[in-house]
Amino acid sequence: MTVGIIGYGAFVPRRRIRLEEIAAVWGADADSYRRGLQLHEKSVPGKDEDTITMSVEAARRAFVRSGGVDPAEVGAVYVGSESHPYAVKPSGTIVGEALGINPEVHIADLEFACKAGTEGMYLAQSLVKAGEVKYALGIGADTSQGAPGDALEYSAAAGAAAFLFGADEERILAEVVATYSWTTDTPDFWRRAYMHYPRHGSRFTGEPAYFRHITNSARGIMEKAGLEPEDFAFAVFHQPNGKFPIRVGKRLGFTMEQLETGWLSPWLGNTYSGASPMGLTAILDVARPGDLILLTSFGSGAGSDSFVFRVTERLPKVQELAPLTRVQLDNDKIHVSYGEYAKLRGKIRMAE
Amino acid sequence: MISPARSWREAPQRYRLEAAKCTGCGRVCYPPRVVCPSCRGRDFEHVVLPREGNVVTHTVVRVPPQGFVEQSPLTIALVQLKDGTRLMVQMADVADPETVHAGMPVRLEFRRINSDGEAGVIYYGHKAVPA
Repeated sequence: MTVGIIGYGAFVPRRRIRLEEIAAVWGADADSYRRGLQLHEKSVPGKDEDTITMSVEAARRAFVRSGGVDPAEVGAVYVGSESHPYAVKPSGTIVGEALGINPEVHIADLEFACKAGTEGMYLAQSLVKAGEVKYALGIGADTSQGAPGDALEYSAAAGAAAFLFGADEERILAEVVATYSWTTDTPDFWRRAYMHYPRHGSRFTGEPAYFRHITNSARGIMEKAGLEPEDFAFAVFHQPNGKFPIRVGKRLGFTMEQLETGWLSPWLGNTYSGASPMGLTAILDVARPGDLILLTSFGSGAGSDSFVFRVTERLPKVQELAPLTRVQLDNDKIHVSYGEYAKLRGKIRMAE
Repeated sequence: MISPARSWREAPQRYRLEAAKCTGCGRVCYPPRVVCPSCRGRDFEHVVLPREGNVVTHTVVRVPPQGFVEQSPLTIALVQLKDGTRLMVQMADVADPETVHAGMPVRLEFRRINSDGEAGVIYYGHKAVPA
């Protein structure tokens, strides 16, 4: 049975904060951060935007591109995030209700630092492949926070990507050619219960965590599928900043031409569970029939999920039906000051 | 403050924009009603409202109620949707309220409306954003 993406959509909040705005507050050198992290600005969620609202909007766009899939026929919804609005009450229940999917559906919230989105995609496509459900929805969304003044504050951003999987051949936009996961116990980044901000192992987050997992996962799937870097039209990797995804891509043998389409982080920041999935939406917005796409996520803790997709003849017919990811990223921006950002992100203690 | 039970009852209209269309005269009521205000009919069918429309009129609240202080100034608009239905909604993503005007194209997006403090239920619904 051929299983693939039958609908996809992304949601980018309109607010942005520039790197200089953050650096000025903490007395940091903006130029060295810009050079070191290759970041210019990041998205900021409004007071009324969270993982649930962004998931609903991204998923609505996925349905628009699905050629009329009835939401009631979706048998599974997985929302991957490390910023679920409730500690106990699944985001997916609200997302499913808003989309008209409930009640005959299996719903679960997933969490695995920055790779919870691809976990949902993996489970969704697996259930369709097994014949358990007709359609399944996998979403990656986050409104993550870095501690004030921490290096993560320059990158922690907000956004969502949603993918509807199915096996109706006439609906498939990008066929799932292969999947592969590579996971270890690596304490590079964590957040303990009741803690507001995460902690990380500083430079330890690079080589033994991000680079080791992505490299092994990407090499593993290429070996499994019998493919080489030059076989792909596009590759997208988890993007915790602007620098890492390009460095790991080049290390694996990919060219800038293959990497730049899905490389959103310099102007979007790190959308955590949404990061590499949103990069995939930017690729699907422009990919042509026959193109092969490599996606490798990374979640601290740590693990990487990889997918190889092959684009079908149908994709170009649906690309323009919903807002393109780059269009959202480049237009209608509302730049905020650090003061507004602190207010929107709940960093100001208010009266009871 | 909305009770969790009320929020749950109103989920179809708040989450999915489900309205009631009178089978007698065709009037669309949002939120749904028990009796049609036009023909006093009591039979309705469910319809889902379109999410695109235009601002009819608006006002700016500069002294907002508790729970909305961080969103001040609040722009509240009467919006006419593509099917002619009118609804009163909060506007979101308005950088400058001075730019809001009658006829302005908007679309309804799923947003967080309010919450019962830090520990209570979160209420979701739709707001109008510049299209």
